[in-house]
Amino acid sequence: MTVPGAWYLVLAAVLFGLGATGLLIRRNVLVMFMCVELMLNAVNLTFVTFARLLDDVGGQVSVLFVLVVAAAEVVVGLAIIVAMFRRRAAATADDIHVLRG
Amino acid sequence: MIGLLADVVGRVSDQATTSTTTIPVPCSISSGGAKITSVCSDTNSLHISVAYRSILPVLVLVIGALALLAISAVLPKRSRPGLYALLTVAIGGLALIASVWQWSDIGNINAHVPAGAQAALNYRLAHQLTIGQQVFYDRFSVLFMALVSVATILGAMTTDSYLRREGLDGVEAYVLMLMAGTGAMLMAASAGLIMLFLGLEIMSISLYVMAAYHRRRTQSGEAGLKYFVLGAFSSAIFLYGVALVYGATGSTQFLEMANFLGANSLSHNGILLAGMALLIVGLGFKVAAVPFHFWTPDVYQGSPTPFAGYMAAVAKAAGFAGLLRVLDMGLSTQQANWRPAIWLMAVLTLLVGSVMAIAQRDLKRMLAYSSISQAGYVLVGLQAASSTGTAGALFYLFTYTFIIMGTFAIISIIQGRGEARNDLGAVRGLAKRRPLLAAVLLVFLLAQAGVPFTTGFLAKFYVIQAAVQSGQYVLAIIAMLSAAIAAFFYLRVALLMYGTEGEAVAGAPGVSGGAGVSGGAGAGDGSILAGLQPIPSLDGATATATLLDPPAVDEKVRLPVAVALGICAAFTIAAGLSSPMIDFARHATTLFNLK
Repeated sequence: MTVPGAWYLVLAAVLFGLGATGLLIRRNVLVMFMCVELMLNAVNLTFVTFARLLDDVGGQVSVLFVLVVAAAEVVVGLAIIVAMFRRRAAATADDIHVLRG
Repeated sequence: MIGLLADVVGRVSDQATTSTTTIPVPCSISSGGAKITSVCSDTNSLHISVAYRSILPVLVLVIGALALLAISAVLPKRSRPGLYALLTVAIGGLALIASVWQWSDIGNINAHVPAGAQAALNYRLAHQLTIGQQVFYDRFSVLFMALVSVATILGAMTTDSYLRREGLDGVEAYVLMLMAGTGAMLMAASAGLIMLFLGLEIMSISLYVMAAYHRRRTQSGEAGLKYFVLGAFSSAIFLYGVALVYGATGSTQFLEMANFLGANSLSHNGILLAGMALLIVGLGFKVAAVPFHFWTPDVYQGSPTPFAGYMAAVAKAAGFAGLLRVLDMGLSTQQANWRPAIWLMAVLTLLVGSVMAIAQRDLKRMLAYSSISQAGYVLVGLQAASSTGTAGALFYLFTYTFIIMGTFAIISIIQGRGEARNDLGAVRGLAKRRPLLAAVLLVFLLAQAGVPFTTGFLAKFYVIQAAVQSGQYVLAIIAMLSAAIAAFFYLRVALLMYGTEGEAVAGAPGVSGGAGVSGGAGAGDGSILAGLQPIPSLDGATATATLLDPPAVDEKVRLPVAVALGICAAFTIAAGLSSPMIDFARHATTLFNLK
């Protein structure tokens, strides 16, 4: 049995939606961060599916770029989070309230 | 226009197999309908010719950044204060010289364009689509490279005294600035969505760290975290747009996308439209267009002041460069679909930016909303989707770089150590304390308000002209209305600087009578501040009293900052009087209007 390509696209869209929703509603910064990763991996799945459907290697190459960039982003993001929450008990976004207006 | 180009390219690539032309033809562009393959014969031979001259300023910045790191590792810590800033200025100057050289080099390429549309196109693609077809070598790229070089020079000059005052002196700030500049340059020069994404991330990741650079200020870390979370979110949205557009068109290269869309009409264009919308949203976040602007005031307020200026100049310019490349080149055939969206964003951005800025009491926050409103004018130019509009947008971005970096440089002087005073009261009486500084700030404020004989006026004129030429009268009127609203809060700052007490009261419509009375004996003076800063009536008197204290900050202007301010002010006035800049901007749109 072969799985139609469209199913992968739908799965990716659902994953992306889950990530976006999670980012907007979760309060723990680390979980928000994981949601971004989920969104990026949904994009990767989309790229690979289209690459297969179009029989084109470009999409698969794009995935490598995305992975590398995501890794770089993780490094910087975690560094900022650690610097920010070093003196606090929990890494919740509710603590970030100095800037408002 | 690109559709025509695409047709010609299709024919060229078909003929290339039979003819014995020596000019390499981009083999991955095939005529409509046929499957598009990204692997072409010259990349199969594992030899991609790298035209280093097309990314010369990028190379200068990257090598410069690495050299700075190496030097800092060798030199003893804090050996020569100001050395890194000086080196950064030198690196930026080299990059600027490199981009000027590129400009004339492209002039040579343009001078040898052969006769005949097909041959000319063939020639242009061979010479101006370089490095594995990932980078455009046109004057649009070069103009943005010059812009980033200038912003890096000005940024290094103003950052130095700020960092020393805050006790943060170190090489990292300059390295990050150079890397962010690299990303911005690559975004402007990108010939495909993947290159655009890489440039975007190189720039953004550096900017996240720059926002969080001030270790001891809580606001700075918070700004960095907010910028990071929302930036990563917008990058993911942008990337999903890339994936969907890739699925719909079969390529991530702008010219191939335009070629495919020009040759085929899609029966189901849902994926394409969704991808286009996501691309606009993702880049809209980066340029802080309403309704994707929420992060801007927080990040600008929290970031170290000179870095906020750098962000406002470079990140915005690079984001718009990306939008212009994507919409005007890659998706030019879909104008009917994206122009209404940009129209709406332009209107919202213009109005929300100006109106919200009036309500702000923090200088940096006010400037953040002001920069949102200014982005609206660039969107007006983008919306016109004509070479006039693109040239106007480029002119706007280039001149705005000088204005906004100068304004933030002045704020970083008057805010004092530890960014103690960022409220509007800090500028009160500046004309008496520092007449020259006040005069320079006045120039920048007038330029942002769009007063004639400054670059701000010309910039607004060109984009509104483009809107009128494309028949968008409503948008033109809204843009002018927004300028009138915005003039209010720029002039309010000017009045605070120059006004004696009585004049300022008359000129500040925000004054609320009750708060003024509660200000007690210093009512004439205090009411201005009370009006700007709502104070609970009980402790109004004490709060007003503390606000009325003359700011005990060291407003000494160091030489590099003075030079940077001089450059910014001189450019703002000189280029506003008679401007060859708009001709440069018009030259930069060559690849956009290959009609």
